[in-house]
Amino acid sequence: MSVYRNLEDTIVALATPAGVGAIAVIRLSGKDAIQITNNCFSKNILNVPSHTIHFGTIRNKEKQIIDEVLVSVFIAPTSYTKENVVEISCHGSPYIIQQLITLFIKKGARMAEAGEFTLRAFLNGQMDLSQAEAVADLIASSSAASHELAMQQMRGGFSDEIKKLRQELIDFAALIELELDFGEEDVEFANRSDLRNLILKIQQVLKALIQSFQLGNVLKNGVNTVIAGRPNAGKSTLLNALLNEERAIVSDIAGTTRDTIEEVLNINGVNFRLIDTAGIRDAKDQIEAIGVEKTLEKINESALLVYVYSMAPDGIYPTEVVQEVQKLARTGLPVIVVGNKVDAYQKELERLVKDDGQMRETLLQQNKDLSATFPTIHISALQKENIHSLKDALYKTVIKGEVRADNTIVSNARHYDALQKAYDSLDAALNGMNNNITADFIAMDIRASLNYLAEITGDISTDDLLDSIFGRFCIGK
Amino acid sequence: MFPKYDVIVVGAGHAGCEAAVAAANMGSKVLLATMNMQTIAQMSCNPAMGGVAKGQIVREIDALGGYSGIVTDHTMIQFRMLNKSKGPAMWSPRAQSDRMLFAAKWRSLLEQHPNIDFWQEMINGIIVKDGIAKGVRTGIGLEIESKSVVLTNGTFLNGLIHIGEKNFGGGRAGERASIGITEQLVELGFEAGRMKTGTPPRIDGRSLDWEAMELQAGDETPSKFSYTDTPTLKKQRPCHIAYTNKEVHDLLRTGFDRSPMFNGRIRGLGPRYCPSIEDKIDRFADKDRHQLFVEPEGWDTVEIYVNGFSSSLPEDVQYKALRKIRGFENAKMFRPGYAIEYDFFQPTQLKTSLETRLVKNLFFAGQINGTTGYEEAACQGLMAGINAHLAINEEAPFVLKRSEAYIGVLIDDLVNKGTKEPYRMFTSRAEYRILLRQDNADIRLSPIVEKLGMANMEQRMERVEEKVKAAQAIDDFFRKTSVSPDQMNAYLESVGSSKLKQKVKMNTVLARPNVFIENISKNVPALAEYLTQFDEEAINLSEINMKYEGYIRREQEMVEKMNRLESVNLREDFDYHSITSLSFEAREKLSALKPRTIGQASRISGVSPSDISVLLIHVGR
Repeated sequence: MSVYRNLEDTIVALATPAGVGAIAVIRLSGKDAIQITNNCFSKNILNVPSHTIHFGTIRNKEKQIIDEVLVSVFIAPTSYTKENVVEISCHGSPYIIQQLITLFIKKGARMAEAGEFTLRAFLNGQMDLSQAEAVADLIASSSAASHELAMQQMRGGFSDEIKKLRQELIDFAALIELELDFGEEDVEFANRSDLRNLILKIQQVLKALIQSFQLGNVLKNGVNTVIAGRPNAGKSTLLNALLNEERAIVSDIAGTTRDTIEEVLNINGVNFRLIDTAGIRDAKDQIEAIGVEKTLEKINESALLVYVYSMAPDGIYPTEVVQEVQKLARTGLPVIVVGNKVDAYQKELERLVKDDGQMRETLLQQNKDLSATFPTIHISALQKENIHSLKDALYKTVIKGEVRADNTIVSNARHYDALQKAYDSLDAALNGMNNNITADFIAMDIRASLNYLAEITGDISTDDLLDSIFGRFCIGK
Repeated sequence: MFPKYDVIVVGAGHAGCEAAVAAANMGSKVLLATMNMQTIAQMSCNPAMGGVAKGQIVREIDALGGYSGIVTDHTMIQFRMLNKSKGPAMWSPRAQSDRMLFAAKWRSLLEQHPNIDFWQEMINGIIVKDGIAKGVRTGIGLEIESKSVVLTNGTFLNGLIHIGEKNFGGGRAGERASIGITEQLVELGFEAGRMKTGTPPRIDGRSLDWEAMELQAGDETPSKFSYTDTPTLKKQRPCHIAYTNKEVHDLLRTGFDRSPMFNGRIRGLGPRYCPSIEDKIDRFADKDRHQLFVEPEGWDTVEIYVNGFSSSLPEDVQYKALRKIRGFENAKMFRPGYAIEYDFFQPTQLKTSLETRLVKNLFFAGQINGTTGYEEAACQGLMAGINAHLAINEEAPFVLKRSEAYIGVLIDDLVNKGTKEPYRMFTSRAEYRILLRQDNADIRLSPIVEKLGMANMEQRMERVEEKVKAAQAIDDFFRKTSVSPDQMNAYLESVGSSKLKQKVKMNTVLARPNVFIENISKNVPALAEYLTQFDEEAINLSEINMKYEGYIRREQEMVEKMNRLESVNLREDFDYHSITSLSFEAREKLSALKPRTIGQASRISGVSPSDISVLLIHVGR
């Protein structure tokens, strides 16, 4: 168990379900809960009595206001956990919540583990055993969401990057340890400028990861939402309708969109990163084939798939839609099916009443089946008809937690926390090297960095270091 | 013929001697049983004590009232403080010893102890009644009664020596193996394993060309190991450094087909960090030379130890290859190197007190636990001796935390993780090495063991108190006294440090890189004058405390955090299988290893943080 996660720390987490309701409550518990809050709150709450509520603003490091909040102060031992507790009622926007939690982490709190508030309450004598056993089960079940799962959740090569970094850092630490434990022997040490370059390189990657995972960025830049479908289904028109502006190149020639286009759409405070894609079909030319491949790649990296098909006679049958969506979406990826050109469809139905009743029945039944399989919205992108229903559906998918917006806050805050601290430790190591601090102190910072990375990758042990040493160097008199 | 002893120690190597002395100094009546009284405290391998991490252990042993440091101080022929260019936590004392004097000094100290008796015979059984050790059985069928037994059999249990294609039973060159104990322990339910170690050939120093080798002299002002009044070296013998070469490697390779290492005859687990010369050549084929330390065996002997040339190749191959080393062209061998296989018992079968789980009042220490090295063995002996005494007096076991001593790290690693190769201490095994320094072992440990009732701690305790007080006084002086720019700027500039603009307190200058007390006192006469009343150790301690304050505090904070878990005890009869919230692996591991505290449980591989949270809930607050 890492020494960096323990019961002496001040912890922070969202206490209310994410995304639901106008108000969210963020809870801090631990020795420094009041101090940490005080550091960014507009009023001094260091000496206020317990069980008091204070109105004010919370500002970030750049002194910008994040939100107006109500701060409730509970002084140990008269709190839920019997530790100092601060509860912050803020507005329920995921963006604000993330900003606040990030801020508290920067100020010295860490993300609470699942069930940790309750665990502390129990350990401090606030609860009976039967309640506590329920907590134990909760903790046990969430341990299924352990490192491996956390790694799986990361997309876009992030987990591989972390694994590679970890190994490089272990090898680096091993070099330092080699110098410390076997300095008397005939081993060649990597020179300091090589080491410095390695640290800088690792820091660079960490920085990129931190920025890409910078809290707030995820929901600020949005839930990755891919818009896909056959050529000429009206994807680009839909995008324009959603954004109310002419961004994508719209034409009625199938295959106009050969690259992907990204836009950000804000619905009730939740941001969606809309990614328009080339149409999916058997590509006729090279450029288009690349476009299709890119589409599949984008879907793979997305958190939400909006599949658009044309309901007009130029489109495909609903049964084909089901098949195609099942082919495109990986298991667990939330999907919203959009039937476009509903106006043309209505006309077609009217025509069929007279011409082909049988066909009409078939169409109606197929559309019913499709709606039963996937949430389906019928719109006309061109006429901007029923766009609000689609927006509603998008928002609800997030609120219901289907795109894991709530989990994303937690797991990203955790990763952010770990990555930031790993980065800072490397900074300290670098600083030490610049000051000609001896290797034993540098090693301390490197180890700390590895321990923080272990929050994501799983623990490292001294055996990992020794394995690295003995594998690479001939040691021993 | 025998009284009933409190503690019987089987084996009189480094572990056995320390065990006997520790139990005796705690007040127990001790019998030290050895196969041969002429070989008490033999240095079976290299004639040296200490080294990186090991030197810290010797200092800890001394702080805890053990004798290894005292014996080394009396018998060393060279002293070096290793890693002097690194931070104070890395400074590691190392001494070449006179092999014969070392053994003689140990024997004489043991003989002077009124609580220690001796018996020379092979012990081939332990008397166990109702799961409790009650004494030992000897080769000629004697039964000697005791309240506890400490086994420190080293490499002797079914020892098998290999030289090339020859092999024969033996515990050490020229000595018999010990038979019977392993078999009995296995019958009692212990799980035995096999390990392997080796030693290099011994050479006639008269046949070497010293001019052809690099000289490695001792420190100009040699230090020492013991915190008590022991002598420091007045003169020293140098060591030399030689190198193997391609010709040597090629010659050694001609013997590989007859090497017991490579033809599978040796099955025991060997260490990766102290490989035989054939192993080095095989595993690191691209390295065209290996360093050898040519070490004298004593003041008055021509015998030479070739550190780094451990081998079990046929003796003729060893001989021919040695003669290809520069300086060794005419070398004469006293005896070839050899490999030895021996029985050990996975130390996960022990409690943190080194008492076995299976048999009460039976303790294991040293190579029987899968460790290697005199220092590792000696410190386990010391701990086992103390704990044997405490156990029979029904007192709580004496367990050192990982944050208190390398000894704590060593035993915690052994009992929680077991070992896959002979376990040697490295500083990298310790989480809190800035705290575990050789200069503060006395402050860390002497007060603890004195409270336990260890005898002869008066001198050490007096010094601890004096040292702490002096360091505090120096600390205060630094925080109160200012230095001016004109006093310090010339020096600061010379080491690339920014100049002072106004008077500042002395401790802020000391906190800078490349600035040490010595440099300040050269420029500030008042400081030099003030420091004359203190000895070097106190000045050194206060310097470390001030200069590395931030790092020390950080480690202390980590320790405090961890200590909360260390202080939550787990009952030995705790039924882990009944807690279904624990992961299956955790239930298995915890049931098998029965950790003493939550902290210990957290270090068992396979026990996750969430398992620890679940455990915390079930053991209550």
